[in-house]
Amino acid sequence: MDKVVKTLREAIQLSGLKDGGRISFHHHLRNGDYVLNMVMEELASMGFKNLSVNASSLFDCHLPLIDHIKNGVVTEIITDYVSGGFGAALSEGVLEKPVQFYTHGGRPAAIINGSTPIDVAFIGAPTADTMGNMTGKIGKSACGSMGYAYADAMYAEKVIAITDNLVPYPLPMPSIDETYVDYVVSVDEIGNPAGIVSGTTKITRDPVGLVMAETAAKAIKASGLLKDGFSFQTGAGGATLAAAQFVKDIMIKENIKGSFGCGGVTGYMVDMLNAGCFESLVDVQCFDLKAVESIRTNPKHVEVSAMRYASPFAKSAAVDSLDVVLLGATEVDVDFNVNVHTDSNGRMMGGSGGHSDTAAGAKMAMIIAPLSRARLPIVTERVFCKSTPGNTVDVLVTQKGVAVNPARPELAAALKDGGIKVVDIQELKKAAEQLCGSPKPLVRGDRVLADIIYRDGTLLDRIYNVK
Amino acid sequence: MESSDVYMELEPIAGENEIVLQSVVERQFGDSIRALLSETLKEEGISNVKLNVVDRGALECTLRARLEVLLSRSRGGENA
Repeated sequence: MDKVVKTLREAIQLSGLKDGGRISFHHHLRNGDYVLNMVMEELASMGFKNLSVNASSLFDCHLPLIDHIKNGVVTEIITDYVSGGFGAALSEGVLEKPVQFYTHGGRPAAIINGSTPIDVAFIGAPTADTMGNMTGKIGKSACGSMGYAYADAMYAEKVIAITDNLVPYPLPMPSIDETYVDYVVSVDEIGNPAGIVSGTTKITRDPVGLVMAETAAKAIKASGLLKDGFSFQTGAGGATLAAAQFVKDIMIKENIKGSFGCGGVTGYMVDMLNAGCFESLVDVQCFDLKAVESIRTNPKHVEVSAMRYASPFAKSAAVDSLDVVLLGATEVDVDFNVNVHTDSNGRMMGGSGGHSDTAAGAKMAMIIAPLSRARLPIVTERVFCKSTPGNTVDVLVTQKGVAVNPARPELAAALKDGGIKVVDIQELKKAAEQLCGSPKPLVRGDRVLADIIYRDGTLLDRIYNVK
Repeated sequence: MESSDVYMELEPIAGENEIVLQSVVERQFGDSIRALLSETLKEEGISNVKLNVVDRGALECTLRARLEVLLSRSRGGENA
């Protein structure tokens, strides 16, 4: 038996993909990914039409996909996140069918329960052996964890591994193993290492960001959750990373031994692991070189599938055991609904990723956001797009005070006792408007550009065009 | 230029005051920014100018302050 196929075209032919077929990609190579463009170009030149592309995230490097949409090669996009440039292009309305936005936990759940089946999964593998055992931990295009690719590998009809580091059988300690893989293709490069992982993710130096970060850390302390066994996730945004740093300082000073850190993992979380703040890191995606190095060498730094990370239909997922998650927002409304999908002009520039999954799972979901950005209030009457429902959001930290969801009076009391300035969210909205003035609201058109599918598969909201 | 700041240039023209605004918050605040700037020019008794404005979401106090300094400089005043 030989799974190694000479060319991508041959592998596609062998896979039996047809017009109207459903294909998938993972985004661990992030903005350095060559695999999606390589595959789409081949499919276009082979004359395929009407394909459905399910990609766990899409970045600016994937802009050639817009032309494949215009040419009818692709007629459906399913994704958890789009970057600003890609989202802006989609917001022009090139795709007739609304973009289907899932979450990092909802995506594998929908693949597994058959809502979004996959005919052929194209899996970029930084290292693979001749039978398709693969890992992201080694190779010139190393990305660390391959967590988002597990569901694709396990549930697609056909799986094609694409690697730029083909090694003899057997690859020791594969992430995704040969039992799922049909064909292996060797190519020169699967990605640009500079775009795959950033050298370092940086903590904010913005004074407003630092005030918010310190307040967030104090609020976590005041919540009573920061004690032995503490579990924690933070995004890679500048202010949330700074907050993690403050949390780390408290943990070291008070000798608090946490249980696990979770998520997309940065070097800062690795530092917390190495400083003894956690027993382990649960890692679905590595953001920087330090995280990649750690997952390769430290057995306490564990690669997990997107199902174990956040699936709502798994018997349990790591997010269900989270104490605190720190998250960002482009808008938060007075009912604590959060928008992370659209910018101030209503254009797509993000997506849930794991936002709504972790908010639902964590005991305390904390949003960190300034009162305003470039004269636009962040706290609004109604978010333009609901990405994460307000009933799963507990706390909003701004530079002018902390608002607690009225459904959590005991949490508000604990924060007040801890010396935190707790204010009504309406007051934050008013303060923002006094500073900025009242912006003219965006006027919605009639065209649906995207459906926001909540993690359980239900329709949460829709993104409309803006007049 | 930093977010929340604004850059302005003034040039003399033959006709009435003209404001050319490029703003990241055009949709939300474009009209109110133009109104504020033309009001400030009027208050200062300025006519026959073209004001070129590149705005990155400046607050009203910033917009006003930048214009006042610009006018002062154009007159060779103490902020020149």
